[in-house]
Parts: sequence; structure tokens; C-alpha cells
Amino acid sequence: MKRVGYLILYLCLGIVALFQIFPIIWLFLFSLKDNREIFSGSPFALPSELRWENYLKVWDSGIGTYFWNSLWITAMAILLTVLFASMATFAITRMQWKLNKLVLGLFMVGLMIPIHSAIIPLFSMFLNVNLIDNPWSIVITYTTYNLPITIMILLGFYYTLPREIEEAAIIDGCSINRMFFRIILPMTAPVMSTTVIINMIYNWNEFVFVNTFISSDMYKTLTVGIQNFIGQYMTDWGAIGATLIISVLPILLAFIFFSNKVVEGISASAVKG
Amino acid sequence: MGLNVMNKVMSNKWIIAFYVLPALLLIAILIFVPLILTGYYGLMDWDGIGEMNFIGLENYWNALQDDKFWESAWHSFLLAFFSTLSLIIYLVISLILASKIKGADLLRKIYLIPMLLSSVAIAQLWIKVFNPTNGMLNHILMAIGIENPPAWLAEPSVVLFAIFVPILWQYAGFYILIYYAALKNIPESIVEAARIDGASPLQIAYRIKLPLIMGVVKVTIVLAVVGSLKYFDLIYVMTSGGPNGASEVMASYMYKLAFSSNDFGYGSAIGFLLLIITLIVTVIVRKATATKEEIQY
Repeated sequence: MKRVGYLILYLCLGIVALFQIFPIIWLFLFSLKDNREIFSGSPFALPSELRWENYLKVWDSGIGTYFWNSLWITAMAILLTVLFASMATFAITRMQWKLNKLVLGLFMVGLMIPIHSAIIPLFSMFLNVNLIDNPWSIVITYTTYNLPITIMILLGFYYTLPREIEEAAIIDGCSINRMFFRIILPMTAPVMSTTVIINMIYNWNEFVFVNTFISSDMYKTLTVGIQNFIGQYMTDWGAIGATLIISVLPILLAFIFFSNKVVEGISASAVKG
Repeated sequence: MGLNVMNKVMSNKWIIAFYVLPALLLIAILIFVPLILTGYYGLMDWDGIGEMNFIGLENYWNALQDDKFWESAWHSFLLAFFSTLSLIIYLVISLILASKIKGADLLRKIYLIPMLLSSVAIAQLWIKVFNPTNGMLNHILMAIGIENPPAWLAEPSVVLFAIFVPILWQYAGFYILIYYAALKNIPESIVEAARIDGASPLQIAYRIKLPLIMGVVKVTIVLAVVGSLKYFDLIYVMTSGGPNGASEVMASYMYKLAFSSNDFGYGSAIGFLLLIITLIVTVIVRKATATKEEIQY
């Protein structure tokens, strides 16, 4: 009896897993087919031959450029966010000043803001300083909007750092900058890597800022690029499938290799809201 | 003497400024100033480029009488309602997953995969799933004998439900992850004691586990409601609010006013209302789900 019960439970969980994973497998299957095969055969059939040329075709016709833009913008924004957030968290948690709770409060308020409420003024601000259609507008926007969540994740770790380390370093005549960059920052590597993963997922997947601030094809990232691209190749399912797979592959690979970090980061970001 | 040096260095104003100002200036200029400006632009008649004309509260007044705005707000609230209801499903799955299931860790990671994809990729994928003639869904429906399945995204009466399926798909893993972690935090001794007292698995789940994770459930209700009010990317890409406004939400309505119709003044007013509504609803949901005493164990 108990066996049967467990079997039913496993069946439920299995069906949910199938529902979660199957659309992605279906996508991968049709990314390797041509239209004739997609429209005539069963959607669940394996491709009769693996048409990797779908991937080559879309890579050369623009997706490659979008990919590199996504890559450098994501990386640059991660670097700036994690650096500035670490510095601010250090000042808030380790240094002695009266307004630190207030400043922390400001960052935490930043967690609750619906970004769409800020996007019209952001657009006109960037327009005024000639940063519209400039990828750096995207870099600084990503950097800024990820600061609150990054600080929130870093906070707990910084509070627990033992004070003796700072004391020893400063009594030995170490400057505060040297202490921060050479001693504290390396010690926070585990929690920093969690924030890097979270920032990477956010930046790589972000859509509305790029869609609003960037108009030239040469600066677009994958999320907006594939939008345009799919508009042009409306009817070529194989090409669309290949484009989507390329756009999600880096994050999926990161998940395969660092799944525990990703789980940790997503749990930590849950308090957001 | 050493501690004196320490205190002096750690309270040096210049050093503190050097460490905190880059982040603080960025959020001040790029988050807080724009939020204030949104409210201010909402008082203007403005196309985004030309001259601004101060028109007082006219935009806000118009918004309150704008059927399209209320319709989009209604859709946002419907999504918030569905999202909150769907938490029950996630909770049940998590309860099963946390009841000594082998492979639970792998399963919850599989559940999480859709959460990692961009909303654009999810939207494009589900456009294909919902494709009336060649999509996966109608293929399956026709295979089991349903003859005229709807063109999901083109029918005003079903489009909002259709859009909710990928939302469910996207966030399932996220909520299950949170619930699962909370359930795993319950001390084994409590569950064991109940079992010895003769409680059935269902009773343990409903009477013991659920009350113990109620704090987390409340946080997820806030997340689900507030997240739904801000919903944009997926809907904008999948239907662009259509057909004929049937899937328009507040954020997509605001965005189109500003960047398609160049009505920056009115768009800003809607954006400011979106901000206010989000903050009010957050406070209401937090108050409604707050309890006087937190359960201790």
C-alpha cells in the first residue's frame, strides 16, 4: 500500500518535471529540423538529419554580434556592480559613521521599485547626455539596478567577518585600501561568486532597457536582437529555434556547472520584494 | 593605542565617502531621481522631445477615467490573483518533494530551469507552442481527438489564460525552491513526534508543516502579487497586449503610451500610478498576511 502511494507521488513529480523540461527539448528538436520536417512530421520525432547549419546560418546573419554584445555588457556590468556593492557594503557594515543605517535603507528601498516607473525619465536623461543608442547607458543601468540585490546578498557575510582581522591589519600599518582589496575582498569570494551568478542571469536576460535605449543593430544584445531577428525570419522555424537555443545556452551551461551556486543565489534573491 | 588607530581609520569621513559614494550616487541618480521625475513629468503635456507644458493634474485625472487603463489594471490584478492561487500547487509539489523523496535535489533543479531563461526566449518559445497549426499544444490536443483547438494567442477570451501558462512554467521552480528549503528547515524531531502520536502524513503536512512555514508562504504571496503588477517582458513580446487590448497590463500600457504614441506626459502619469499602486498593494498584502505572533519552534 505504501509502495503504491510513493509510486503516485513519484508520478506526480515526474509529470511536473516533464512539463518543465519538455518545451525546451521540443525547441532543441525543431532547431535541428527544416520547415518541411517540422510541419509534416510529429513534433516529437527526432530530426531525420541533424541540421546544424541552422546554427551557422543564424550566427553569421547577426546573432554572433548580439552574442558578443551580451557577453561584454554582462561582464562589464557584473564587474562594476560587484565592486561598488562590495565597497558600499564594507563601508556600511565595517566602518563607523552615523548615517550608515539610513544609506542601507535607501539601497533596500531600491529593491521594491518597479523599473517601468523609472524608464521614461531614464530615457530622457540619457537623451540629454547623448547616451541614447550607446551601450554604456546599458552598462551603467544594469550596474545600478543590480546594486540593491547584490548588497543585500553580501550584507550577511560582511556582518560576520571577525573584527580581529581588520585590527591586526591596521595595527600592522596596512592602509585601509590595501586591507579591503587584499584581505577583505578575497575573503568574501564565496558570497561574491553567488552575486556574480545572480547578476549574470539578470544582465544576460534583461530586455526592456536595451529595447528602450538602443536602436542600432550593432549595439543590441541577444534578448532584443532575437526579437528583431525573429521578426525577419518569421516563417523559418529551424532558424528561430537555433537562435533561441544560442541565446539560452550560456546560462544553461552555467547552471550545469554551478547549479548549487545558482540555487543559492536565487534563494538569496527571493527576499527581494 | 592600537584600537585608537583602528577607530580613527575606520571612521575617516573621506575613506567612508570613497567606499560608499559610487554605489550611492548611482542609485540616487538612476533610481531615485527618475522616480521623482516620473511624477513630475506626469504633470506635463509632453511628447518627449519638444517643449513641456504644465497642465496640472490633467493626466492623472484622465487616467482615472481611461477605460483602457482600468482594463489593463484589471488584467494585472487577475494575473496577481492567478499567481497567488498557483502558490497552492507549488506548495503541494514542495510538500511531496520534501517527504523523503529520492532525487528531490535533482528534481528541484530540473524544475528551476525555465526560471533561468530570458522572458524573451520564453515568450518566443511559447508563441511556437501555442501556434494554431504547427504548435506543440494543438498537435497534442488534436492527437487526443479535440478537433478545433483555439488559436490561443489570437482569441481575446482565452489569451490571458494562455499567457498565464508560461508564467506558471517560468516561476514554478522558483517558488518550489523556496518552499522546499523552508520545509527542510523544520526539525525532524517535530515531525517524528507527530508521527509517534499517530498523525497521518496528510495531517502532518496540513497541521504541522504548513503552519511552520507560514512565514515563508506570506513572503511568497507578497512576491507573487507585486511581481504580477510589474509584469511586462513576456506579455510585451508574446502579444504586445493584444488582440485588441485583451492582454494589456499596466506596464505594457504605460510603455506603449510613451514609446509608441510619444505621449511621455500621460505615460509618466501612468508610470507614477503604477509605482503608487505597487507600493500600496505591497503594504496592504504585508499587513493582511502579518500575524501578531510568529510561530516559534
